[in-house]
Amino acid sequence: MSLFSYTKPRALSEALRLLRGGATALAGGTDLVTLVRHGVARPERLVDLTGIEGLRGWSREKGKGIRIGALTPLADLETSAQLAKLLPIVRESLRDAATPQIRNVGTVGGNLLQRNRCWYFRDEGVPCWLKGGTRCFAVDGESRYHAVVGAHECWMVSPSDLAPALIACDAEIEVASSLGRRRMKLADLFVAPQGKRRREHALREGELVAAVRVPEGALERRGTYLKAMERKAWSFAIVSVAASARIREGRARDVRVVLGGVAPVPWRVAAAEKQLEGTALDDNACLAAADTLLDGATPLRDNGYKVTLARELVRRALRSLAG
Amino acid sequence: MRLVVNGTPREADVREHESLLTVLRERLGLPGSKNACEQGECGSCSVLVDGELVCSCLVLAAAADGRRVETVEALGSAERPHPVQRAFVEAGAVQCGFCTPGFVVAAAALLRENPEPTDAEIREALAGNICRCTGYGTILDAVRRAARITT
Ligand SMILES: Cc1cc2nc3c(=O)[nH]c(=O)nc-3n(C[C@H](O)[C@H](O)[C@H](O)COP(=O)(O)OP(=O)(O)OC[C@H]3O[C@@H](n4cnc5c(N)ncnc54)[C@H](O)[C@@H]3O)c2cc1C
Ligand code: SF4
Ligand code: FES
Ligand code: FES
Repeated sequence: MSLFSYTKPRALSEALRLLRGGATALAGGTDLVTLVRHGVARPERLVDLTGIEGLRGWSREKGKGIRIGALTPLADLETSAQLAKLLPIVRESLRDAATPQIRNVGTVGGNLLQRNRCWYFRDEGVPCWLKGGTRCFAVDGESRYHAVVGAHECWMVSPSDLAPALIACDAEIEVASSLGRRRMKLADLFVAPQGKRRREHALREGELVAAVRVPEGALERRGTYLKAMERKAWSFAIVSVAASARIREGRARDVRVVLGGVAPVPWRVAAAEKQLEGTALDDNACLAAADTLLDGATPLRDNGYKVTLARELVRRALRSLAG
Repeated sequence: MRLVVNGTPREADVREHESLLTVLRERLGLPGSKNACEQGECGSCSVLVDGELVCSCLVLAAAADGRRVETVEALGSAERPHPVQRAFVEAGAVQCGFCTPGFVVAAAALLRENPEPTDAEIREALAGNICRCTGYGTILDAVRRAARITT
């Protein structure tokens, strides 16, 4: 493990000052500690965010939706009966995410900003494109878990279970830096690595995610999260689907469908959602939308099965909203 | 750094990059928590920090400063085993024994909060622990047994 200094400020302003100076944010450490141990991340300074007041916990403000502090442990969301009533999709997405031990420590912000799980990326000895090398080893290598759609130079998949679920709830994030605050759509936090941009997230130098906000309107929609895994206990999604919609007289409105595990970002296609507006979410409509979502998919050697799986999972998720 | 480990205040010199697991095993002489995958996958390094079940291999030692840590050593010893440890032996849920401390800590944490768990709740609570030898059937059985002993 490389050497680094460690600080745990109490004040957000102090953390932001350190981040501005080039330090790396540490939340629960369940991803970062492993990356550092394996030499994939080499931070010189770590700023532990867990001591900062006010970034932990969630609340509901009437008419303003839900605000979730970025340092809230995943377990707090998963085990809250109150949140399960307001936003059941969040609990569904977390129930099979990681392990109880990791959910106790891992945070919302850390889950959204965790690095990808491509095995070439995680192997210190492989100088792949995302790490500054010249080529992606997955393209002609072991590609069982890689992307089937939306990839450019890098074929990793976005690993977070929480991200598709929250995006299906129209979530926004509050981003803070020593220069001020800004709001952005959660979906815009995720970027497919491409060209000069050899990274997965759109945060700028010195920024951190302070909170996630779910607007009131999303609480009125029905939502569901389905996840295909290789084993029953913890494992990352091979494919996952977050779907939500308002159902009026048997017809779907405001439909959202977001896929995990198939693309470098949580995968959403506006045309597929539009196509579902006003339908009864019958099999034909669901499968047609799935085809639109996966239109242009170009699987690698080992992962064509993901297209079939995603298609069926989309159908099931949308059908369950109707039922 | 200072910790309260198994009820006793301890001090240790740590390097910034060490994990809590390394500190427990190598600096504080508590080898009960095992070191296997070192990436959160197997649960054999499970301990309680401020009462919460965590993988000590993923906790930076510096981040545990000032916290209360309980390891498997606090639960029982060879002479005075914890009910969960007894149940594991009686149910035949121990073969090589490598995973056992992690399971015991996780199961003890479960029973502390939920003395009469259903099978589904046991499975859920132990989902972060892996055993390469025995079937999960015997482990489930052990936790059921332990629940009976403790209630
Ligand atoms: C065995 C295992 C299985 C797993 N399975 C799943 C799974 O099935 N589904 C799933 O979704 N996840 C899974 N995970 C990932 C897990 O959920 C993440 O490791 C965890 O959520 C990260 O949170 P953390 O607080 O520990 O982040 P850290 O490790 O502390 O940080 C992760 C990254 O985010 C950055 N960061 C953290 N917080 C902020 C912030 N507020 N602002 C800006 N940057 C920040 C850090 O700099 C770092 O780069 C698994 C992990 C393991 C080890
Ligand atoms: S998929 Fe991305 S992270 Fe994996 S080898 Fe290719 S470039 Fe590297
Ligand atoms: S050694 Fe910590 S989880 Fe495996
Ligand atoms: S008894 Fe050997 S790993 Fe569980």
